[in-house]
Amino acid sequence: MTNNKKNKLALTGGYAVAYALRQIEPDVMPIYPITPQTPIIETYAKFVADGEVMTEMIEVESEHSAMSAAIGASAAGARTATATSSQGLAYMHEMLYIASGMRLPILMVVAARALSAPLSIHGDHSDVMGSRDAGWVQIFCENPQEVYDKTIIGMKLAERVGLPVMVIMDGFNTSHSVENLEILDAKLVKKFIGEYLPEHSLLDIENPVTYGPVALQESYFEFKIDQEEAMAKVAEEYLKISREYEKISGRKYGFFEEYRLEDAEKVLVLIGSVAGTAKDAVDELRKKGEKVGLIKIELFRQFPFAKIANALKNAKEIIVMDRAQSIGSHPPLYSEIMVGLRDRSDMKISSIIYGLGGRDVFKKQFENILEGKFDNKYLI
Amino acid sequence: MKYHKDTMEFIFFARGGQGAKTAAEIIAQAAVAEGNFVQTFPNFGPERSGAPTKTYLRISDKAIRTKEPVIDPDVVVVLDDTLLSSQKVTEGLDKNEALIINSTKHSHEIRNTIRFDGKIHAVDANGISMEVVGQLRPNTVILGKIIKVTEIVKLESILEEFRKIFEEKIGKENCEKNILAIEKAYDSI
Repeated sequence: MTNNKKNKLALTGGYAVAYALRQIEPDVMPIYPITPQTPIIETYAKFVADGEVMTEMIEVESEHSAMSAAIGASAAGARTATATSSQGLAYMHEMLYIASGMRLPILMVVAARALSAPLSIHGDHSDVMGSRDAGWVQIFCENPQEVYDKTIIGMKLAERVGLPVMVIMDGFNTSHSVENLEILDAKLVKKFIGEYLPEHSLLDIENPVTYGPVALQESYFEFKIDQEEAMAKVAEEYLKISREYEKISGRKYGFFEEYRLEDAEKVLVLIGSVAGTAKDAVDELRKKGEKVGLIKIELFRQFPFAKIANALKNAKEIIVMDRAQSIGSHPPLYSEIMVGLRDRSDMKISSIIYGLGGRDVFKKQFENILEGKFDNKYLI
Repeated sequence: MKYHKDTMEFIFFARGGQGAKTAAEIIAQAAVAEGNFVQTFPNFGPERSGAPTKTYLRISDKAIRTKEPVIDPDVVVVLDDTLLSSQKVTEGLDKNEALIINSTKHSHEIRNTIRFDGKIHAVDANGISMEVVGQLRPNTVILGKIIKVTEIVKLESILEEFRKIFEEKIGKENCEKNILAIEKAYDSI
């Protein structure tokens, strides 16, 4: 990789999202500020104030209202985006199901953060993992570049599959870290996203439709089955759109990133910003001749079970790293991996929880884990 | 001072409101303009005016993947010498690495108060900024000293980035005064 001198930028993840949104230029953006999402919306508010975008930014009084307004706007036929974190996402919770149940292609960027109590403004995946069954597509990002790219990919995916999409970056670790960023030409992004022509909309009075009516015992169930069928097409469409995006950007994304997996016997499976530090640890051990590798999950909903099982077919030991708990059960990613590898009784699969409430993680810790020198459920 | 690793790593010690983050970002932008890879982020503690803060900066000719806080810095910058008594500023700093301090004290005086065998570069950034700019701006003034000591980017690149970020915000005259102060810190012994 070389530093492409024609795009000399160093920006935070938050700014990268605002930049991508500026190029997408949604029709409506209902928004309520919360740390560490705030840099996204204050930057975007400046673009609106400076007349650089025509987006109607609706400053609502809560996240519940932000998602409600997003649902209204999207049902009316507007290209709609928003952003939140932590308590904000939790406060939206009931509206998340309405957005997905109505099959509205809303894009929401989440700067993932811990949940209270006790109060923490720092990063972990508790908030977004709490929304994993809400019927939203969930795409995770490692760094500002990925957030920029996947914000663009996510908008197109939402409109292609008719489901809401959550693009997730780690609060602070990514949202507030300044890193090199290559941005695309605005015209190229506009062309890639295309014009949004909703199949149905409330404002299409020639073809009247109803959104969110009551569904009684004889029909509710079918609606929910349809929703699962819509989600079942997400992985394939995500891959198609990622390939189209690769053509204009040169950057390749998939369901997950495989790092030095070819002959790896011991493999870390993880999500998000910590992947870079872990890759450095993998390199360190590879120098010593250890057969270690890594998988970084990018698409969490729809979860690519078969593809992951196939990628891990030669592995002997898997360590799944979660940045969230499921108190009373196993942590979320570990549970998915266990299901995906349920036929592999020959394989040792262990779980480690790390980074709750913004706890720092160091390369040395990953080295210890990969060398079998760490034997604890929590990386503390 | 020359690279001894792929990546040059900095820690800035300051107090909330002194602008360490801005200083690190100006260096980062200049380094990107020169074709390098960068990463800078604050230690995400509670951000209160006057409370001790840490800001990390990495510059490399290769892509930077790690997200861990800097634990083995090549350069430590201290924007406020009252932090020397409460913060372990020389932790991880070897004798061939650099400590740059905004202080009216001489290097040998500072050496008496901390354990450090390496080179101490003291610069009166407060004094220079008051004299040249007429305002307390140690964070931008100290950039001159950092560039002189580390040679991590060209002085012109820093000045160019400074103008790009601040000329519109603070006006051309004020901006040029700051530039003069950065140059003065660069030339100071």
